[in-house]
Amino acid sequence: MRVAVLALQGAFAEHEQMMHRLGVDTFQVRQLKDWEEAKDGLIIPGGESTTQSKLLRDLGLFEVIRKEITAGLPVFGTCAGLILLSSMHLGTMDIDVCRNAYGRQLGSFYTEADMKGIGEKVPMTFIRAPYINNVIGECESLATVDGHIVAARQGRQLVTAFHPELNDDLRVHEYFLNIIKKAVD
Amino acid sequence: MKITKQQELNRNLAQMLKGGVIMDVTTPEQARIAEAAGACAVMALERIPADIRAAGGVSRMSDPKMIRGIQETVSIPVMAKCRIGHFAEAQILQALEIDYIDESEVLSPADNVYHIDKTRFNVPFVCGAKNLGEALRRIAEGATMIRTKGEPGTGDVVQAVTHMRMMQSEIRRLQSMSDDELYEAAKQLQAPLELVEYVHENGKLPVVNFAAGGVATPADAALMMQLGAEGVFVGSGIFKSGNPERRAAAIVQAVTNYKDAKMLAELSTDLGEAMVGINEQEIALLMAERGK
Repeated sequence: MRVAVLALQGAFAEHEQMMHRLGVDTFQVRQLKDWEEAKDGLIIPGGESTTQSKLLRDLGLFEVIRKEITAGLPVFGTCAGLILLSSMHLGTMDIDVCRNAYGRQLGSFYTEADMKGIGEKVPMTFIRAPYINNVIGECESLATVDGHIVAARQGRQLVTAFHPELNDDLRVHEYFLNIIKKAVD
Repeated sequence: MKITKQQELNRNLAQMLKGGVIMDVTTPEQARIAEAAGACAVMALERIPADIRAAGGVSRMSDPKMIRGIQETVSIPVMAKCRIGHFAEAQILQALEIDYIDESEVLSPADNVYHIDKTRFNVPFVCGAKNLGEALRRIAEGATMIRTKGEPGTGDVVQAVTHMRMMQSEIRRLQSMSDDELYEAAKQLQAPLELVEYVHENGKLPVVNFAAGGVATPADAALMMQLGAEGVFVGSGIFKSGNPERRAAAIVQAVTNYKDAKMLAELSTDLGEAMVGINEQEIALLMAERGK
């Protein structure tokens, strides 16, 4: 199994480390020719969504990535990655997103909450994070914090408003790997 | 070194900025241009370093009015500078809910001995460093991000290169030491033993490290990334050039694909005039010598 990690900007190295700890091979996507490599899934990391979105377009990656996600490529987006998958950008996930929902950096926080399909006390680090106002159609909420949706799944697409790659807990990444395993079978 | 949860969150924000370009801006209009070009954050300041150099005199924290104007204009993080040791300016910037404070040698130092005790703040700080000792002392004081000092406002990358190379070589030196040599190394670096031990074990700083001070072209940005920077600050280089929009976007792409020389050739093409720049021999004031 090999997972592509979008490495245009942001905390992509942290996601690769999580995958390596789970024994999964990764490679970085920085331009179109990287995207042509064989892959079983894609991670879109945290960072700045405006920066990543601009680079996706400038580098000719926007349409090809959108097409493959629509065709069923498993994808996991955290924070900026969640925003990129929403209707604001790639639009492959039916979520209505509020950006910088907790305000500026002084509003960043850490908490633990339950996550459906994963378990109790999942560590959640929110950095200038968004949240999901509501999920539409087939999209399902997986976790809420203070009444706001912070994780969701739609088919093979998984998003979290928080950063599981910044904590030691591997469960969310394992959950994504299970989505990939089912897709490969 | 025990750090607070807030400091950890502040280190985390710096992690989100990695692989990105932080641009100096002086107006909401420039901030809009920087954001549209793909900046991952902007540094709001009244005058860019090149103009601070030209104007001379005392340079201070910016007017909160212009900082607020920029905060209202863009959705990316907004940083601002305070003078070295000027904790009252830092308190004001924290009250403005700035996303990162740069305790910066670009402004006139307010204290010739002490830096700000950054552990007393909730808002994050980035600080400049010329070498590993300076970097570790700033981290001990609570900085959650480091950048090279370089030589701001010159458009001359030589100092940023010197500082980044110095830091990387000192890190490699620590890594290869035996455990019982670390006490003496800490003494020489004038840095806490715990941080020296961290670098020895991990081969890197415990916080994100950007390049700054003299980056003016996509090639400069690529050079700094290949030397080990995790992202770049571009100060005067963009809005002192002929075509800021194009140059800004080209530097953003150069940081993402810093190893691809073919792409860098395209990105360097037809950018209009670069900032003229001044050589280090021609400058009267070495800002990098402020705050050790």
